Amino acid sequence: MATAFSPSKFAAQPFPLNTTSQNNPLTIPTTASAFLGSTRKPILLSSSSNLNLRRGSLTVVKALSKGIPARAILSELLGKATGCCRGQGGSMHIFSREHNMLGGFAFIGEGIPIGTGAAFTSKYKREVLKEADCDHVTLAFFGDGACNNGQFYECLNMAALWKLPIVFVVENNLWAIGMSHLRATSVPPIYKKGPAFGMPGVHVDGMDVLKVREVAKEAIGRARRGEGPTLVECETYRFRGHSLADPDKLRDPAEKAHYAARDPITALKKYLIDNSLASEADLKAI
Amino acid sequence: MAAIFQGVGAAAALSSSPSNSFDSKKFVFSPCRSFSVRKGASFAVVRSDGRVNLNPKGRRAQQLISNAVATKSDSAAASSSSKPGHELLLFEALQEGLEEEMERDPRVCVMGEDVGHYGGSYKVTKGLAKKFGDLRVLDTPIAENSFTGMGIGAAMTGLRPVVEGMNMGFLLLAFNQISNNCGMLHYTSGGQFTIPIVIRGPGGVGRQLGAEHSQRLESYFQSIPGIQMVACSTPYNAKGLMKAAIRSENPVIFFEHVLLYNLKERIPDEDYICNLEEAEMVRPGEHVTILTYSRMRYHVMQAAKTLVNKGYDPEVIDIRSLKPFDLYTIGNSVKKTHRVLIVEECMRTGGIGASLIAAITENFNDYLDAPIMCLSSQDVPTPYAGTLEEVTVVQPAQIVTAVEQLCQ
Repeated sequence: MATAFSPSKFAAQPFPLNTTSQNNPLTIPTTASAFLGSTRKPILLSSSSNLNLRRGSLTVVKALSKGIPARAILSELLGKATGCCRGQGGSMHIFSREHNMLGGFAFIGEGIPIGTGAAFTSKYKREVLKEADCDHVTLAFFGDGACNNGQFYECLNMAALWKLPIVFVVENNLWAIGMSHLRATSVPPIYKKGPAFGMPGVHVDGMDVLKVREVAKEAIGRARRGEGPTLVECETYRFRGHSLADPDKLRDPAEKAHYAARDPITALKKYLIDNSLASEADLKAI
Repeated sequence: MAAIFQGVGAAAALSSSPSNSFDSKKFVFSPCRSFSVRKGASFAVVRSDGRVNLNPKGRRAQQLISNAVATKSDSAAASSSSKPGHELLLFEALQEGLEEEMERDPRVCVMGEDVGHYGGSYKVTKGLAKKFGDLRVLDTPIAENSFTGMGIGAAMTGLRPVVEGMNMGFLLLAFNQISNNCGMLHYTSGGQFTIPIVIRGPGGVGRQLGAEHSQRLESYFQSIPGIQMVACSTPYNAKGLMKAAIRSENPVIFFEHVLLYNLKERIPDEDYICNLEEAEMVRPGEHVTILTYSRMRYHVMQAAKTLVNKGYDPEVIDIRSLKPFDLYTIGNSVKKTHRVLIVEECMRTGGIGASLIAAITENFNDYLDAPIMCLSSQDVPTPYAGTLEEVTVVQPAQIVTAVEQLCQ
């Protein structure tokens, strides 16, 4: 494991986990997209997910990481009026204005232009409205399935063209419901598509929390400095089916077992303990 | 009576209007209606009544309308500087509205293809990029779905974009964003985000533009929950509706028509807006209610002239608000005349007329003396050949025949 970090960097938790979320069965660690350690500066998010009845929705994971109370999210998933969207949105439409979470989109790829628009607002505020301290960076999360969609490419083009402060994060878990990424894509490495549009394309092991964090910091820093967007591909794996409706018979059990052994949360836990950054007791408390 | 008029300078225009076919002297409270129509060359513009506050000093019901397209005989009167307001073409009115709103609120921005340096394919955004800069008047690549989505994202996060579809038909490519995000996002976010976006552009059947550039998107968009639709038809309401749409917190789809951009009218100098949900009473009448919008308004007015000569008294309403319908104005009219004719440019199937028939039947069935008639375009792709194209849209002669049938 790369030890690019000195222990002092871990004065604070890598991700702002809510204490209640650990008992939440919906927090399935399917990806390890670490979010931007610094929660002081506001960051806008958008992500897309697919299909109904989705457990462990990626949107939910991100919502939790943004600090939206787990209770509000769970209420939303159950369609209650106390949910973050008053029960009107559901699992695929988790929004929170307060926490700068722009949703939550049902159709693949349709959130990417929204994220691009949010980044455009940041740039506009800085350059037209002259709010010099506006350094919002937008992060758009989507899967490998979205990377064959027109909106993805159109937004890569526009973001690079206008140097918008946005980071495009691809959570490549190699499967779009039942479609293997390799069967759907002519050129499977997604990060290689970044340079075609004039932005850096970075590939990172999505199962390694710390590596992802490094990459994220660099990309966000780039966006903040006005250098434009970055395309980050996090290679990861989906432990269960896409949704309750997915029988998940197409994937090789051996493949699943291989990745299960590389669970990022377990790996981080091991790292923390091995390097004496935290004790068993601390982690149990979380 | 003449002496009273002279003071306001209205007499000149009144008397010079040659084909004024009814008694224009009787207008203490009623609006002054005068129009002349020359075959094919010009359009008449008839102003709605006193809702407009043209002069804070007092009632200006005598405020006259010049012809929609200035013709020689009227130009002497129409361009007299003693008249308040200024004359301009419809695309200039839109541009003025946009410019004023952009000056008023720095968050208003424009996005679209060729809106910046090129000035807009119909010159609606001419000069704006020079004045406000390339970021406020953004030239986008040809990616409707994405830049419309970008506009929606910007609207969610604090800006007030005006997205232009170079032709409304191109917005079919943006249907994903318009339906899912523009329309639904306010709801699915539980009201947390508003989308104060205006999506505008020219649509409708033009002059031999071909099938795909002659589409009427209002019929496709009308079902989308969460959006509002308006159609402008005169320079006055174009500017007023544009300003109101930009100030509105709701997503508004603003329909312009390719053939109406060169209409000329005298509009007030001062700041004004038009109500987005209100229909416009173009010509009050007694015998039949004709509901129309956009370009068909002019075909209706042309037919109205013939009808008046034949002794009918049609009431013409420009519905303007395509979603929601102004059932108040429409209902009052139906209760008065008991006969309804809808004249639209949409196709017969699933068009605005179809929805309007349903709405009127549901609400005012008891007031109808005859079934509602609806004249729409043919359910065919618009042909390229001019003669064929003419046949696919409703012509004034058909309107006259329909009214005669309805009023038997």
